[in-house]
Amino acid sequence: MSTATTVAPEPRAATPLNYLNVEYGWRSWLFTKDHKRIALLYLISITFYFFIGGAFAVLMRIHLIDPQGALVQPETYNKLFTMHGIIMIFFFLIPSIPSVLGNFLVPLMIGARDLAFPRLNLLSWYIYMLGGAFTMYSVIHGGVDTGWTFYTPYSSTYANSQVIPAALGIFITGFSSILTGLNFIVTIHKMRAPGMTWFRMPLFLWSMYATSIIFVLGTPVLAIALFLLFLERVFQVGIFTPALGGDPLLFQHLFWFYSHPAVYIMILPAMGVISEIVPCFSRKRIFGYKVIGFSSVAIAVLSFLVWGHHMFVTGQSIYTGLVFSALSFMVAIPSAIKVFNWTATLYKGSISYDAPMLYALGFIGLFTMGGLTGLFLASLSTDVQLNGTYFIVAHFHYIMVGGAVMGYLGGMHYWWPKISGRLYPEIWARLAAAIIFVGFNLTFFPQFMLGYLGMPRRYAFYPAEFQFLNVMSSAGASILGVGYLIPLIYFAWSMRYGPIAGPNPWGATGLEWQTPSPPPKDNFEQPPAVADEAYDYAHQEVGLV
Amino acid sequence: MSEAHSGRIHIAHQFESSDQQHEAGTLGIWIFLATEVMFFGGLFTGYALDRWLYYPAFAAASRILDIRLGAINTAVLLTSSFTMALSVRAAQTAKRGALALLLILTMLLGAVFLGIKGFEYYQKFVEHVVPSLDFAPQGEVLARLAPGGLGHAQLFFCFYFFMTGLHALHMIVGLGLLFVLLLRALGSEFNAGYYAPVEVTGLYWHFVDIIWIFLFPLLYLIGGRF
Repeated sequence: MSTATTVAPEPRAATPLNYLNVEYGWRSWLFTKDHKRIALLYLISITFYFFIGGAFAVLMRIHLIDPQGALVQPETYNKLFTMHGIIMIFFFLIPSIPSVLGNFLVPLMIGARDLAFPRLNLLSWYIYMLGGAFTMYSVIHGGVDTGWTFYTPYSSTYANSQVIPAALGIFITGFSSILTGLNFIVTIHKMRAPGMTWFRMPLFLWSMYATSIIFVLGTPVLAIALFLLFLERVFQVGIFTPALGGDPLLFQHLFWFYSHPAVYIMILPAMGVISEIVPCFSRKRIFGYKVIGFSSVAIAVLSFLVWGHHMFVTGQSIYTGLVFSALSFMVAIPSAIKVFNWTATLYKGSISYDAPMLYALGFIGLFTMGGLTGLFLASLSTDVQLNGTYFIVAHFHYIMVGGAVMGYLGGMHYWWPKISGRLYPEIWARLAAAIIFVGFNLTFFPQFMLGYLGMPRRYAFYPAEFQFLNVMSSAGASILGVGYLIPLIYFAWSMRYGPIAGPNPWGATGLEWQTPSPPPKDNFEQPPAVADEAYDYAHQEVGLV
Repeated sequence: MSEAHSGRIHIAHQFESSDQQHEAGTLGIWIFLATEVMFFGGLFTGYALDRWLYYPAFAAASRILDIRLGAINTAVLLTSSFTMALSVRAAQTAKRGALALLLILTMLLGAVFLGIKGFEYYQKFVEHVVPSLDFAPQGEVLARLAPGGLGHAQLFFCFYFFMTGLHALHMIVGLGLLFVLLLRALGSEFNAGYYAPVEVTGLYWHFVDIIWIFLFPLLYLIGGRF
């Protein structure tokens, strides 16, 4: 051939530039301001903490196979459940959906190039990692045994464990939540694409907005409570210590003023995910869009008014208890509205059972059980009976794991093709979803029964008649553990070997599906404009790839 | 996007226009201030509870504080808010010299406040009413505190140091922010189209001022004297 006609190689012909391949090297990740890369930094970090926290749970369940305790000393057992709680709540569940999926999706869903404050966004990840470092320090140097609630005066005066670094770690991590919430609120208010009105936004954004309100208004109160606890322990002053004139209930009020809304920080984002998945896999517009959106905001507002239901048996007045009980029942209303609307969306839909939908259906059932058992605990008289038993443990795990983790995994499967540009193996994903559902129920349903029969939580020993149910629970936990490992493996596998996903593998509505997978660095090749409502599946020309 | 590099208006890549950028910045700082209100709110709640429970001790301890220094500091801080407000105006009208002068004045007043506060802290050490580190009041101070109970008086001083200390920390952060603004002002960065950093820092400074407006009566005035 002629050497004169050297054809210049077509640049970028094979793979178009996207946020993953636009730059390489560790600097391009650790100093990135791209919300999508920060989401992946968070994904790696929270996955690490999820398996650390899970390891503590495994040790606990092994220990509880034997009524006398099979594995560890009682002091160590106290540390196990404390570290499990601290790590799972503050370092996995709270950042899970907001910081990973929210970070990735909020700008994409509203048609923006990035969040309003990209540098703050990166800072929030560094703050999270710093807080995590303090907490890991406390783990390595012997752990904490106060329970994740840090009740005074035990935590301030008597505990001989690493309370200070753990409390500081949570204090610091709180600021990463605050920055994330601030970023989301401003972004949703000010960065929406032309035509993206409030009532055209995907419901995931409504739930992110409601969650952000709690981040911004709740987290600082926990911060000040832990800050005071820290000062109290360091300087031996007595704001919460009765011997020095302080009031231990004040700590509980401040703590639950954040930590009850924190429950909604964990569940609201999952509800947002479910509101995306259900219409997509039913091929129907969502039933009652506005009501679902406003119910998210209602949950956020009510969440600040119910903290006293954690303190029914602490000696607060009976009238306070009555009011908190009534307000707690009111939270059930917006939660039930969501469940009814998702169910109504399913009605006469053409449902397909892909993995995200399996998680969504699992969520609806398990969240309903977790929510309804919450009503037992919102009633004063039954709460006196059930408080401090395994009934509580089962109840909040149905919300936190059956709800929040199911929602998180459903969302990860649903948006994984967008995040990675690859499809995960569907067969394995459905199998894992089934294993997780079975393992979860086998782990936690026996705990409802144990609690009802009167087995107290947080004890390293138990009477022999409870052994059967405890062994069932431990067996379930081992199944659950396998279920969680499978997605870790096939997600990693699919990054390299999964089939190319294309921009919209689910035939879903929403701006995030109208840009290539993975999205380019600035999210959209053309500035998007919106002319339709969300979830317009009825009129959609379904172009399945 | 051609206006992005024209003039002195910086538009970050995620924004469409300078208006959008300005509105995002202002909304952001307001949300941050809401967070701060809740942060201090926990302390105010604790203080209110204990003042209600241990009124005689809190009233007696409040009288130990130097009301004249507190009042002078209030005036100093209010004046600094005034110069801060003027400096936002100076930034809008692109008066570089006036802006620099006003920022320096604001910083000076802030420093005076911290100096007086530091002197008050020193007095507390002299009177031995620093919780945990040096709480052993003697003589006249002891006689005034003893009727309400020393333990609860110590609780008052806990709140006094936590609240004013956290406030002082916010002042120090504010001084740092003002210093950065001063450098940028000397570089003529601000004009009618771009003054958001001055405005945002100003809002923060006013917020810190308002916290003090609540701290001064709560700690120095009510219960103890009026």
